[in-house]
Amino acid sequence: MLQIDHLTTADAKVSLDDVSFLFEAGNIYTILGRTGAGKTELLRALMGLNPLTDGEVKLDKENITKRPIRDRNMSLVYQQFINYPHLSVLDNVAFPLRRQGKKKAQAQALASTMLGTVGLGDFLHRRPSQLSGGQQQRVALARAMVKQSSILMLDEPLANLDYKLREQLREEFPRLVSDNEESVILYTTTEPREAMELGNTMIVMHDGKIIASGAPADLFANPPTKDTASVISDPPISFISGFVSNKTLYFGEGQIAPSDGLQLPPDGPVTIALRPNAIERGGDFSAKIGLSEFSGSQTIIHLDFAFGRAIMMVDGIEAFNSGDDLRISIQAEQMMLFAPDGRNITIRDNQDG
Amino acid sequence: MAKIVLENLGHSYLPNPKGEHDFALKPVNLTWQDGKTYALLGPSGCGKTTMLNIISGLVPPSHGRLLFDDQDVTKVPTSARNIAQVFQFPVIYSTKTVRQNLAFPLECRGMAPAKIKQRVAEVATLLDLDYALDMPARKLSADQKQLISLGRGLVREDVSAILLDEPLTVIDPQMKFMLRRKLREINRQTGMTMILVTHDQSEAMSFADEIVVMKDGLLQQSGTPEELFSRPQNDFVGYFIGSPPMNMITLEPNLGLLCTAALNLTKPLPLESNATVYQMGIRPEHIVMAAKETNSIGMGKIIKIEHLGVDGIVTLELPTGVVIKAKTRKHTEMNVGNTMGISVCDEDALLYIDGTLSSSSR
Repeated sequence: MLQIDHLTTADAKVSLDDVSFLFEAGNIYTILGRTGAGKTELLRALMGLNPLTDGEVKLDKENITKRPIRDRNMSLVYQQFINYPHLSVLDNVAFPLRRQGKKKAQAQALASTMLGTVGLGDFLHRRPSQLSGGQQQRVALARAMVKQSSILMLDEPLANLDYKLREQLREEFPRLVSDNEESVILYTTTEPREAMELGNTMIVMHDGKIIASGAPADLFANPPTKDTASVISDPPISFISGFVSNKTLYFGEGQIAPSDGLQLPPDGPVTIALRPNAIERGGDFSAKIGLSEFSGSQTIIHLDFAFGRAIMMVDGIEAFNSGDDLRISIQAEQMMLFAPDGRNITIRDNQDG
Repeated sequence: MAKIVLENLGHSYLPNPKGEHDFALKPVNLTWQDGKTYALLGPSGCGKTTMLNIISGLVPPSHGRLLFDDQDVTKVPTSARNIAQVFQFPVIYSTKTVRQNLAFPLECRGMAPAKIKQRVAEVATLLDLDYALDMPARKLSADQKQLISLGRGLVREDVSAILLDEPLTVIDPQMKFMLRRKLREINRQTGMTMILVTHDQSEAMSFADEIVVMKDGLLQQSGTPEELFSRPQNDFVGYFIGSPPMNMITLEPNLGLLCTAALNLTKPLPLESNATVYQMGIRPEHIVMAAKETNSIGMGKIIKIEHLGVDGIVTLELPTGVVIKAKTRKHTEMNVGNTMGISVCDEDALLYIDGTLSSSSR
């Protein structure tokens, strides 16, 4: 169990701002945020690599804030493949065990087993430079895992890999880390889909703060704030200004009455959030097609309204001409509403929805 | 602006290539039309960067010819090819302002100051960067810096084509969306041919009018995104295009038919075939699941559900232990352990013979 209380740093680039969280052993936490959100800074602060101006790090209730890195029982895998170029794959993985004082034969035996788990059993005696990028990253992962640290941290470990290799390693990930089931696993990424797929718990960071956490599917369905909705939506979520007056939601030339599967907040300004599934073809609204893109079996259409921009998806492959007008409808039961301060104030009307 | 023709173009980094495997790029014939967008797609080491470097003139090809508007430019140096390039990491003068960055290529060519001013203003408008002209370039975000890199190529009026070498790698997912749209708009407004190198199939699909898929230096298939998705010519394209990859189910010959115990779906056994492997390729997007058995071609038990946001990926185990994946938006209504009826349109189940799409499925 890892507890952090009020972690604050004053680094020049990105600093942590009063970050608190309780991480439990046996869980995989994905930390999602854009570049500059503070993900790497959080990992570095846990390691003791970034000085804290405030806050505490506790490992199994013991305060380790002042403990040197090597005694923290933590491992980190970086985005870049970092291995010892002069050592064989086997010795790369045995290295941390040797440093812990294990005998050579025992260290190599444990390393060999771990390399089998990550699928490199046939490459023990190669040098890292003789492996592909994906294989090199598996070596780094094996070296981090073999120590059986209490905390295993992975900082965008797949970012430098080819798309398809990333897809494959994502699929294998739960098995790759299965030997570390007693550990707290922290995994940072900028990709919402990766964060949702790999984490039991997803933590969303923004501007050096944790702004949301929870089960990935729940957070996606009910993001607590507008910033959270923005960070976890890919394709991007679109925001449109509107206001509620006399039990009707107005935006641009459109309006929605409360009977459409959505309860409306009290009168005043709101931000309407639309994911692609909230927009359908045919209906009351007129939009201009900015661009259409093809993605697998779907067509992604960038729409320009009089009142803003949004993205919709149409199943199947269809050619749309940029500049054409398209009639669309907005599904009230799929839209989300945010208050001017950013809070999610969506209330679904279950009777109709 | 130019039509680009690759005529039997190949490259070996060895002085005397013996066989096919000595070629980083095996000889290929391709024609790229003026004003369209193209993507060179493949895994690391597939030869896509070699191809790009040949087009820009950084690598002289060992075999074949390269034509810009029917002119042989195979031996023309990079500086005389009028190519603009954008790289993986933004290349900008960080101490200069955006305006100075955009003006620099023109100053180097000795263009008159009034003309430079006009061109810089035009390009800044095209890039939506008018407001930033007097900001220091280092203050911009990664996606804006990439636009400046592009703008430095666009200001020149003599550019034949824009080469983009994985330009979206350092950009966050949501910003990629916006930058891709911007690139397409620039293509439409300027009519400039754009060639994108990428390993990311989704990026290639959404950017390009036509995609060239490569593997081990060999052209696998060249076609529109739609063709690559719905009719992959071989099992590699089926795997590489689409996420998750195409499901491949092994078929056994039986009484003139090719069948599987996993699904009630057959293909006629081609006459005079002495192939060793027959497979049915089905896209995860083409599998329809229903709670009941109506109109289904088989049943599968859900063993995994992945929530990816609006979409989900459902892993199904079929009776004989065959595992397939289906993509759906109804995943939130399903549970692991449920048994689902499976339907697939016949035209979406493709026959692959020894890894190549059968002529009957084309």
